[in-house]
Amino acid sequence: MPVPILKQGPYLIASIQSALSDADLVQLRHAVVEQVGKFRSRGVIVDVTALDVMDSFACRTLRDIAHMIRLRGAQTVIVGIQPEVAFSMVQLGSTLEGVATALDLEEGLAWLDQRDMEPG
Amino acid sequence: MLLRELVAHLRENRTQLRQEWAQRIAEARLLTAMSNEEILAEATSVYDNYVEALETGTYEALQAYARNLSERIIPRGVETHEVVGIVLLLRDVLARSLFAKYQEDFAKLNRILDAYEPAANRIANTVAVGFVQERERVIREQQEAIRELSTPVLQVRERLLILPIIGVIDPLRARQLTEQLLRGIRTNRAKVVVIDITGVAAMDSHVANHLVQTVEASRLLGATVIVTGLSPEIAQTLVTIGVDLGKMNTVGDLQGGIEEAERLLGYRVTPNKEEKL
Repeated sequence: MPVPILKQGPYLIASIQSALSDADLVQLRHAVVEQVGKFRSRGVIVDVTALDVMDSFACRTLRDIAHMIRLRGAQTVIVGIQPEVAFSMVQLGSTLEGVATALDLEEGLAWLDQRDMEPG
Repeated sequence: MLLRELVAHLRENRTQLRQEWAQRIAEARLLTAMSNEEILAEATSVYDNYVEALETGTYEALQAYARNLSERIIPRGVETHEVVGIVLLLRDVLARSLFAKYQEDFAKLNRILDAYEPAANRIANTVAVGFVQERERVIREQQEAIRELSTPVLQVRERLLILPIIGVIDPLRARQLTEQLLRGIRTNRAKVVVIDITGVAAMDSHVANHLVQTVEASRLLGATVIVTGLSPEIAQTLVTIGVDLGKMNTVGDLQGGIEEAERLLGYRVTPNKEEKL
């Protein structure tokens, strides 16, 4: 099932609704990286609230997305990681280093807004 | 058959042997937490249970009695060595009385002792094990209680949590702490968490790594963690064992930690000039 990507002002919101296969993740990566240029977005939010488990491939893809988006000139925030997921991710050693995270969608938007106002 | 004779002898001389035993207990300065009357009363029931166990060869009743006795005397501060000591004293007193009774007939004395000793040892064992088990049960209960009390996650300001950790952190408690903290971050929508470990005396590499993992997991939930109150000892251990603290934000004490958190959250605390205490 492909992940819907919504345009919200200057930002894109990719809201994951159910567990994703590896192919879905790759497809999500392609779509986000492409659309960020198409809509001239300044930020991307990936909402993973619905995920109860996250394997190493998913973690790596999220990190890759964040790095690719940066290369495209925008910011990425991962929001809604569940507490249990967070701890198992850390134990697996995938800490999404260098990637911004926020509690939920609202926080993610606030973070991007604040980032936008900062000079430079 | 020999045992029956033995039991009859112990029953016959009950009063005198019991007296002697109580006196030996007092001489050895055991059970100092109890009064003489109490010791005599307990000694009587221990004696009767002892003889009964010898007679029947079953230890269930004795076990139950030992548990019950332990339950009563543990809160009064009776130590393991005292309990073992009094049972061994009783064994000695009874053995002496057997020597006295059968001193004429050495062969018979030998056979009587053959019957008596294994049973007596087993009784001593039963009582001691019962006592230790009861003690361990009490300790387990207390540990449980401490664990439940020990990990409060407190909100001091909108979006600011503090987690004071006091005492020893074992792996089990560390896991529980992390779970509670991550859940607290979610429910309170916290942005900054101050973990204060002033009350932690020591930390091994396992717990230190767990702390680092907790910090990282909190970040994944969008919260910044500030660790405060690392004691000189802990600071030295952590650096010596080479824990990677690069990702940890540390401040000297809890006050500094809260001030730093307020700064991150955009609060400014200024003294109010008009109102003074």
